[in-house]
Formats: sequence, C-alpha cells, structure tokens
Amino acid sequence: MKYVEEYRDPHLACDLIHRIAAMGAPPMRVMEVCGTHTVSIFRSGIRSLLPSTLSLISGPGCPVCVTDQREIDAAIALAGLDNVILTTFGDLMRVPGTISSLQKKQAAGSDIRIVYSTSDALDIARRHPDRQVVFLGVGFETTIPTVAASVLTATEAGISNFFVYCAHKCMPPALDTLMADPETGIDGFLLPGHVSAIIGTEAYLPFFEKYRIPCVVAGFEPVDILQAVLRLSEMIQAEAPQLENAYPRAVRSEGNPAALKIIREVFEPCDAIWRGIGRIPGSGFRFREKYRRYDAEGHFQINVPAAVMPRGCACGDILTGKKLPSDCPLYKTRCTPVNPVGPCMVSSEGTCAAYFKYSG
Amino acid sequence: MVKKDQILMDHGGGGKLSNDLIAEMMLPAFDNPVLSHLEDGAMLEIGGSRLAFSTDTYVVDPVFFPGGNIGDLAVNGTVNDLAMCGAAPLYLSVGLILEAGFARSDLQEIITAMARAAKLAGVKIVTGDTKVVPKGAADKIFINTSGIGLIQNGVRISAANARPGDHILISGTLADHGMAILSKREGLAFDTPIKSDTAPLNHLTARMLTACRDIHCFRDPTRGGVATSLNEIARMSGVGVRIFEDRLPVRPPVAGLCELLGFDPLYVANEGKLLAFVPPDHSEAVLSVMRQDPLGADACIIGEAVASHPDRVVMETVIGGERIVDMLTGEQLPRIC
Repeated sequence: MKYVEEYRDPHLACDLIHRIAAMGAPPMRVMEVCGTHTVSIFRSGIRSLLPSTLSLISGPGCPVCVTDQREIDAAIALAGLDNVILTTFGDLMRVPGTISSLQKKQAAGSDIRIVYSTSDALDIARRHPDRQVVFLGVGFETTIPTVAASVLTATEAGISNFFVYCAHKCMPPALDTLMADPETGIDGFLLPGHVSAIIGTEAYLPFFEKYRIPCVVAGFEPVDILQAVLRLSEMIQAEAPQLENAYPRAVRSEGNPAALKIIREVFEPCDAIWRGIGRIPGSGFRFREKYRRYDAEGHFQINVPAAVMPRGCACGDILTGKKLPSDCPLYKTRCTPVNPVGPCMVSSEGTCAAYFKYSG
Repeated sequence: MVKKDQILMDHGGGGKLSNDLIAEMMLPAFDNPVLSHLEDGAMLEIGGSRLAFSTDTYVVDPVFFPGGNIGDLAVNGTVNDLAMCGAAPLYLSVGLILEAGFARSDLQEIITAMARAAKLAGVKIVTGDTKVVPKGAADKIFINTSGIGLIQNGVRISAANARPGDHILISGTLADHGMAILSKREGLAFDTPIKSDTAPLNHLTARMLTACRDIHCFRDPTRGGVATSLNEIARMSGVGVRIFEDRLPVRPPVAGLCELLGFDPLYVANEGKLLAFVPPDHSEAVLSVMRQDPLGADACIIGEAVASHPDRVVMETVIGGERIVDMLTGEQLPRIC
C-alpha cells in the first residue's frame, strides 16, 4: 500500500458520497479545525459533491490566521533590530501588520529569511555566530515538537545566538471556546489529523465528555474525509455522539509520546490571544524557566505599536464559523490574495484564500 | 493594504503581481501593438519573412541542480520561448553578469553546458556580453539570453487562438524541474533522484507542426506551472478550460515530495514540457508523432477548451468533483502544520 492512491479511489469516494446523500439527514453544520483539511476539502472537489444540507465549516485551524495582530507586529519589530536575522515560515511574509509586513520589511533591507523548519533556523545561527537569529514560531502541536527539539539541540551544542518568538497555540482549548459560544451552532467536529498524531485521541476526552458532541479524527485524502463525514452524519442523525479515530494509520490514542515528552520538557501552557477570538486560557505555550533564555520576547527590547484591527475585516467571525468569506464586505473587493487585508486571505490555508482560489 | 511603492519578490514570481506590473508599467511605457500581445515571444514581419524574437533572464539559485545548471536553462529557455511561437530557433545572444569571486571552474562548467545545449537545439550563439560586479551586487551569476527564429508559412500560433473543442495536450510529466530545485535547495535526498527536465523543445514542436500545421497554441509551463499557463490562454482566448486530474502525468517521486510539502504539481515550474491546444480531429495524429520523440514519450491529452465558463480553468478531480484552478498569486509555499 502506498497510502495515497488507495485513499483517492474514485469508486470508494463515490460510494461514500452516495451513502452520505442517501441518509437524507436534516441540515447539519460540521466544522473542521485544520488548515490542511480546509485546503484538502476544496482541492479534492468534495465541496461540489456533498448534499447542500451538509455545511462543512472552516474553523480556526489555520495557524497563520489565528496569529494575533500584536504577534505579527512584534515579529516585524524584531526584524527591524540591528544584527537580527528573522527566520520565518513563508506564509507569514505577506500578513499585514498594523503598519507594515515582513515582506515589505525585507524589501526595505531587513534580514528576513524563509525557512522550512526550525532546524534551518538553527543552521543559520550556527553559520552566523556574530548575528542573533530569531525563529518566528507559529503552528499547532504538529510543529511544536520540532521547535522543542531545536531548542534542546541548541542547549546541547551551546548555541547562544538562537531565539524563538513563541506564538504557538494548541487546539483542544479552542474547541472548548467554540462550543461555549452559542452562536457557532456546530453539530459535529472533524478533528485535525496531524495535530492528533501528536496529541492522540485521548487529548480530546475532557472536551468530548463535557459537550458530548460527535467528533471524528480524520486524515486528508478524499476517502479519509468522506469516511469521517459519513460517520459524523450517522452520529448526528442517530443522536449518538462518539469520539472516533478514522485515521488509525497515523493516529493512536496516546499520540506520539516522544514528541509530547519534549514539548513538556521545553514548554509549559499559558493563555494566548487568538486573532478574532480573544484570550483562550491554556491555549498557548511559553518556555519553561530552564529554557527561558531562548525566549525572544524576554531577550529583546521591542516597541510594538498598539494593534489596530482593519475596519470591516470579518476574520474573527469567519474563523469561528459564524460567517462565510462571502459575508465579509471586504472579500474580493478590498481584500484579495494580491492585496490581503486580513491573514485569512494571505495564508495558503486561510479560509478566505481557499474560497477565493478554489471557488472563485 | 499592500502599498505599491516597492518592488517585492512576488513581482518576479510570474503570477498575478508580475502580470500587474507589466500591465501597469511596461505596457503603457513601451506601448506598441507587438508587445501588447504578450506572447512568449514577439512575432515580427520583416521583409516578407516572419520572425520570432524573445528574451529571458536567469537568476536561479542553486546554480547547479540535479539534471543541469543555469546555463542549460538559459539556452533551453529562450529556444523554447521561440518554439512556443511556432518558430524554428536560429540564433541566440548571451549576456552574463558575474559576481566578483565566482569560481572560474563553475563558470567553465556553465559555459560548457550552454555550448552543449545550443548544439542539441541546433542554434548558434552569435553575440554576447560579460560584466563583472562587486561581491554582493549579484548572486553568483545572472544570465540573459535573447533569440530569433523563423516562423513558417501557415503557422499561426498564439495564446489568443484557442477555440472551444480544442484538445489540450501535454508533452510529459509535471513538476520535475521545480521539485528538483527544491530538493537541492533543501538538501533532500531520495532513492530515485528528482532531476530537472530542462530540454530544447524545438525539434518536438517541428514534428508536431508537420502532423498539424493548424496547431492553435503552444505554451511551455515554466514559472507558475501548468495552472498559470492554462489560465493565461483561457483569458487571452476568451475560452473556458476543462482538465481532468486523473490524466495529469506526475512521476511518483515528484508526487511524493509534493505531498510531503503540501505543493500542488499544477503550480510547479517545468523547463522541458509544453502544452498544445490542437483541433480535436488532429489531436491523435499530433499525439502519435509526439510519442515518437524522446521528449514526448509520456505525452497525453489532459483536457479541452470549452465554450462554457470563459476565462476560467476548471478541473474534474480524481473523485469526480469539480474545482476551479486559479492562477498562482505569490510563491507556492510548503505547509506549516
């Protein structure tokens, strides 16, 4: 098995689509909370095949989109410091801050480099011992272990010019916030495959026990997603909620113990501000005392302007599934992929960018 | 809002921002009917002959990559731009900008590759220029090549010529070049190495034109990939394009790397492939001659031009769904999470 073609089999997919349609279930709203799911659902053409009674809503699953305005402004300020090399994932380059963006800062001469992983940033720190290298840490639990590993490597190797601006967030507390808001109106969750591979299905048990809402962990191929959607529809119709793992080839109930161990070694939970949602308790990460010397925010003195959210931008409501991109007055008028106003349009996994790109 | 007072990397990406810069600055300034066609090359009538004239500048990093180097790209790229006009390429110029400190042996290897590529394509490099700039003022080596070629009677190739009903042919597998560059840049090694597909396409186009003089469009899907080229043709011709995901040929290691990084092969650059819009009753004949050429062994029909949804490219997905295939906006980036 190659684990790709089989899960794109058109016959399997057709069969699942027919079974979903044949259920004749009442209107239901299912939310996914993973940028890769947002994109996969569009790219595979699933949206065009599901019955109109089934709404697949995109939630706050795009790590760039939920990065708070203040965090973007802080990254821009760090990039403006003398002797700093700011390293970042490419998606963050075009996100507009209050005054500027990383891309514009780079064009004006700041040393900002796109990296594909934290280990690239660590390599840059090794090659430039006279410069201070800051890695802009964005991403959910899938990415955090690699950051933790780089910090441990830096400690072992005695690398003292490497820092992390930690804007990482974790998903389960955000699910709680979504359910606590009566306006979101979610009937079931498609849970993120990559995040779950790290944290395991056990991590969702407290949330599931509290709200008793259908939850299925799903992979990213069309058959994975359709299988999960079918199970969610069945649970919703039968009013028999379960927490199920439909991605057992990658996700175990205990997750990835090695990854969890190094996350806990380096980081501890803290509150975090999610763009458009606000403060979510326990949803962020900060360095433990032992590793706090790597914390860019503590090490550098930066002036961050008071964050001003762009007027009319509906990213917050879109991220919580209350509005669709087409409900935002700026969508496709002032806000386009070429001229984005908010991060949902910039990031390749942003809801607005995905709608714009795949459905016009 | 992005202020338009600075040139950004995206302006060189070949997608929307690049096109906007051309439309807003270059076209109004240079303003002539030949340029406004915005084909891969300019098509000129001089003394009763039809000439194609094209230029391109190569700034790729890394300079050496699996399957070739910047010199191969510089020759093949301009040869191909001329071939995409339906021309037989004849002569090239070469302009070099070298960074002081660039290794002489590296330059020799690049020049040797250019000579070899020119010979393979059957073109002569007849004029050139070399400049050296201080260290830091250029990134190792930049190469500009310009070329001219002759267009035969009866050949009318243009991105504006696609007609509803045309079959869309591709000469081989997608995304080889872009993923070869990426794998080299990121130090990724595979059991089956991914190599650039850089190659001169003029012999292939000549064969195709003997099978069908009335081919409507040629395009080599370089920056921005197949998706961008199809969008350009759809817009310039005012037709819709419909392609089928299960017919897109992609080599397994390339597909694997795309999956790993979250890249869509439709948007990845190719350097030795072409798209052709061919009248439907000739497509089998054209396909047959393509498959006899070493550069067309994997040629296939991937879709058709349609009258519905003009200016739009729509793809039927592997599972029978539908989605729009838009133009590339900025650079394609790997998935974060």
